[in-house]
Amino acid sequence: MTNAVVAQDLRKTYGELVAVDGVSLDVGAGEFFGLLGPNGAGKTTTLEMIEGLRQPDSGSAKVLGLPSWPRNQKLASRIGVQLQTSAFFERLTAAEQLRAFAKLYRVPVARGEELLELFGLTSRGGTQVERLSGGEAQRLSIACALVHDPEVLFLDEPTAGLDPQARRNLWDLLRATNAAGRTVVLTTHYIEEAEILCDRVAIIDHGRIVECDTPEKLIRKVEAVARITVGAGQLDPDLLRKRFPDAVVTEDETELVIASSDPGPVLAELADHHALRDLTMRGATLEDAFLALTGREYRS
Amino acid sequence: MTSLLTLSGALMRGYLRDRAALFFTIVFPLIFLFLLGGLLGGAKNPRSNVVLVGPVAVYDGLPAHGKAKVDQVLAITRSHDLHAALADVRNGNEAAAVVQRGTGVVIYDSGASPSSAGAVSSVFQYLVDASNLAAAGGSGGSSPRVSTAGQAPRVALSTSQVDDKSLKEIQYLTPGILGWAIATGATFAAASTLIVWRQRKLMRRLTLSPVSVRSVIGARILVSLGIALAQTVLFVVVAVLAFHLKLSGAWWMAIPLVLAGTLAFLSIGLLAGALTKSVEAASALANLIVIPMAFLSGAFIPINDVPSWVQSISQVLPLRHLNDAVLDVLARGDGPVTVLPQLGVLLGFALVIALIAIRLFRWDDA
Repeated sequence: MTNAVVAQDLRKTYGELVAVDGVSLDVGAGEFFGLLGPNGAGKTTTLEMIEGLRQPDSGSAKVLGLPSWPRNQKLASRIGVQLQTSAFFERLTAAEQLRAFAKLYRVPVARGEELLELFGLTSRGGTQVERLSGGEAQRLSIACALVHDPEVLFLDEPTAGLDPQARRNLWDLLRATNAAGRTVVLTTHYIEEAEILCDRVAIIDHGRIVECDTPEKLIRKVEAVARITVGAGQLDPDLLRKRFPDAVVTEDETELVIASSDPGPVLAELADHHALRDLTMRGATLEDAFLALTGREYRS
Repeated sequence: MTSLLTLSGALMRGYLRDRAALFFTIVFPLIFLFLLGGLLGGAKNPRSNVVLVGPVAVYDGLPAHGKAKVDQVLAITRSHDLHAALADVRNGNEAAAVVQRGTGVVIYDSGASPSSAGAVSSVFQYLVDASNLAAAGGSGGSSPRVSTAGQAPRVALSTSQVDDKSLKEIQYLTPGILGWAIATGATFAAASTLIVWRQRKLMRRLTLSPVSVRSVIGARILVSLGIALAQTVLFVVVAVLAFHLKLSGAWWMAIPLVLAGTLAFLSIGLLAGALTKSVEAASALANLIVIPMAFLSGAFIPINDVPSWVQSISQVLPLRHLNDAVLDVLARGDGPVTVLPQLGVLLGFALVIALIAIRLFRWDDA
């Protein structure tokens, strides 16, 4: 498999702040790749250096075998970009935006209509971008990035600020886009999004890649922790703490949570005390992996 | 070329849909023109002073109640000295002097106050028409009649302006307000485009498309030049139709002047956009530059009346040079070559300020 993106030791400093501190990564052709991390981790700066928007202080990035800095017109017509803020022409309608981008990329304007349809925006074609909802604007922004049928698509937090329904709609579109053979590179601070969409995820924190692998492997790498939850007030938490010194036991007004790497005996103990009301249990998630890898709670 | 046209089309559409921008670049200055044109034109004297030199049959022949009606509109005085009467018109004591030589009625008025001159000429036009009608012998009997004997040759009315170099009101108002409108439009357009495109990252988005930066900047300039031309045409047409602005020979030279001025104002806007981070701050800064510049450049008041130190300051302002030059070719009747220095100053100003703006400009807000 040839690589669509190759980044080597990218570094970027703004004054005192080290935004990106030596990031290297490869993205295979046709892969769906995610950069996951909290806000301010350096995801966007990394992505912008790969796209060729920013010059790295050191290191280099190649997309489709071509260096992305300095700007290269040949490369520009082969990649699609969606930036964090929706970069639209002021007061133009959704259809006019797509037409304008189609002309700028020298593709037939009919392609614009096609994308409106594909992104479920046909009925909003005559609406000025300022009046589109957040989800519609994001879809239009991605449609604009796809107008020239690029080989690699870069998305910067495509679902930020969307409600769950709009987010799910967009995920379907992104999956379809990737299934059509395009390489997709996205940044996200939603763990769930990375877990659901990405073939591989790079967890990025303080400008460095902490770990990069498939979501399944990332989860397996951390010591699997199960979280057992029952309704509060059924059992004295201190009893559990004494019995299972390795587990983390917390109780609030509604629930008692036991986080343990060995859930079997805990469940048996709860059953012995008839304390199984409202029992739920879930295995380790990417969130636990993040916690284990960075040593802190994930805060998006 | 496709990119340039596509971007220009997108910008132009956006501008035409921006009600606030349309208001401040087109409607608001027009309101100003009407307000100032009306105020200065009519406020001095509700009745226009008219001096009749020698016998003026079209007026003298009126019955008493006819004369009373005319006196409601015109303050009539008599004189036998044409020379003195014309001097009075020239220095503004009289709105017009009227002479009738046989069948020719001549009104000498001043371009300084077109509204009162208009009042005088419309009254006399009526008197002349009425006397012609009566003389034609038809159904006659209407009150103003002229006592010409026998065959009634038609009485002809002609007007003649006594002063053409001392320009007032509409003649200086039109170039002044036009210059101000263009300065407002171009400065704000450049400042806000820069800020909005930076905030929304449209510029960054475009740098990742196959569009050249030259096309992007070219489109902004092209659209602003188009808007400035539209403003010019609209203003001159309104001033000619509504306020009887008289265009002199080399008026077309106003077009290159306006275009050069637009470039100068775009560079000011570029500077304001480079120095500020929000659209609000950029608008405030642009206002802070444009409004004092308009006053100091004589956009609303004749620059010759202000103290000399103000005049010296105004020499560094591009609007001053635009105003002066447009006034010269639009109203003073100067030839196209006389304003070439101003054209050069405007272009030089545009170049210098644009270079400074580019040096100060940063893509990142942080």
